[in-house]
Amino acid sequence: MQVIPVTAVRRGFGTTSRRDTWWAAPLAVFVGLSAFVVYATWAAFQGAHYTYGPYLSPFYSPEIFGDSPHAWFGPKPAAWPALLPFSPALLILPFPGLFRFTCYYYRGAYYKSFWADPPSCAVGEPRKSYWGEHSFPLILQNAHRFFMWVALVFIALLAYDVWLAMWFPDPATGGTVFGIGIGTLILGVNVVLLACYTWGCHVLRHLVGGRRDDQSQCGMAYACVSGLNGRHQLFAWCSLFSVMSSDLYVRLCSMGILTDLRLF
Amino acid sequence: MSQATFRIWRSKPGGENGGFIDYTTEISEGMVVLDAVHKIQAEQAQDLACRWNCKAGKCGSCSAEINGTPRLMCMSRLNSLDLTQPVTVEPMRTFPAIKDLVTDVSWNFRVKKGLKKFAPRKPDAPDGTWRMAQKDVDRVQEFRKCIECFLCQDVCHVLRDHEKHDAFIGPRFLTYTAALEMHPLDTADRLPDLKNQNGIGYCNITKCCTKVCPEHIHITDNAIIPLKERVVDRFYDPVMRLLRVFQG
Ligand code: SF4
Ligand code: SF4
Ligand code: FES
Ligand code: FES
Repeated sequence: MQVIPVTAVRRGFGTTSRRDTWWAAPLAVFVGLSAFVVYATWAAFQGAHYTYGPYLSPFYSPEIFGDSPHAWFGPKPAAWPALLPFSPALLILPFPGLFRFTCYYYRGAYYKSFWADPPSCAVGEPRKSYWGEHSFPLILQNAHRFFMWVALVFIALLAYDVWLAMWFPDPATGGTVFGIGIGTLILGVNVVLLACYTWGCHVLRHLVGGRRDDQSQCGMAYACVSGLNGRHQLFAWCSLFSVMSSDLYVRLCSMGILTDLRLF
Repeated sequence: MSQATFRIWRSKPGGENGGFIDYTTEISEGMVVLDAVHKIQAEQAQDLACRWNCKAGKCGSCSAEINGTPRLMCMSRLNSLDLTQPVTVEPMRTFPAIKDLVTDVSWNFRVKKGLKKFAPRKPDAPDGTWRMAQKDVDRVQEFRKCIECFLCQDVCHVLRDHEKHDAFIGPRFLTYTAALEMHPLDTADRLPDLKNQNGIGYCNITKCCTKVCPEHIHITDNAIIPLKERVVDRFYDPVMRLLRVFQG
């Protein structure tokens, strides 16, 4: 029997008896989310190389004003202040951005990775004061439900983009012809993953039946949303990755670095 | 037979602060941490205090922190641990220590007393019984698996690091409230309490409670977040407020 020195109760930043790599998961989240934010910001400010043939980058869809044929209302309005940077992505990206920022999964993940609250389970924290989501400012996270509606509309718009990505210009007739390219597949997979993420949202789950106590009256919707909700974290990451890859693919094709293969 | 070392927290007589003491003991196949603690108690430290009852993961008495992670001692098999280093066994850190591995969890019982009780609607049949669809109670069955081990309360940083014991009831009682609030027969309204004295807003959905629950209850996803959404409906969503005005 060996006596080792007395240790006080563990409190304070990073103190823990855990021996596993408790820092690995929060670090991976930190790196993953930072990489996404840096890439998305850079891509959104480019304002170029966001279309290629029938493809439109999901960062730029819907293109409300812009120079590409995908734009709904033509080029940037003349009244746009010269000092304000313009890119079609800047007009729309705040909505999916805030949808993800206020998502229950991401909230839990970045409170840990970016704010160390807690750094990991059963690991000491750097700060003593704490309000959680009980009061301002984090109480505003409850606005997630409003962003969800916008996100549902975006799924429909992106699905329509995939349809448009199946119609390639036909030089012979001057019209368009049906086809599938690698880009069509990438945009297609992207919208499926985004839909699995969005349709698994906790707010949607609440709306389609969670708010009621009589589940037997809610039909299949609650079960379906709950099924996706159980994999919400998985789809949160897969869709984040796919949306970034889709933009990168369209960008590289448009810059002439990649050649888009037509399958038929 | 091989040997393993257990670094067990021992309190000083009468005082809260203690220290770790290393005990090396023989181990055999199939042993769990609680077995090792019992063996040490029998052979080397008769005054070592630990709480246990069923040794089957069902009574919720043997909660401790093993290698820093809140777990049931009786459900932690030695072959799942790294025995090349001493295995640390500590009491739950969120509750006051009584002796060695035993903590005073009575705060939990006081919290439970303060929560609204189950309030079923009037019986559906003249014989005083109710009718409900199985599907309606399926959701709350999950919450009823709770064995009150309080591991989730132990790991929750709102209690553990921020000591909000007065303002926040903790994941165990949010699950308990969910079991009542979502029950198809229940008529009580717990949303004002949840928002105010139960402090549901303090939970920042970091899911440590879900990770440690030995009953694998999806505490955060199935109990806390759905309750948060109900609280938002009632108190924070201006559109829902407007709808309620129109619906009268
Ligand atoms: S999810 Fe909420 S209740 Fe559970 S441990 Fe984290 S803060 Fe505590
Ligand atoms: S919810 Fe799980 S971790 Fe919490 S007291 Fe119940 S069984 Fe234990
Ligand atoms: S909870 Fe994640 S999208 Fe709504
Ligand atoms: S002794 Fe009953 S749960 Fe461990």
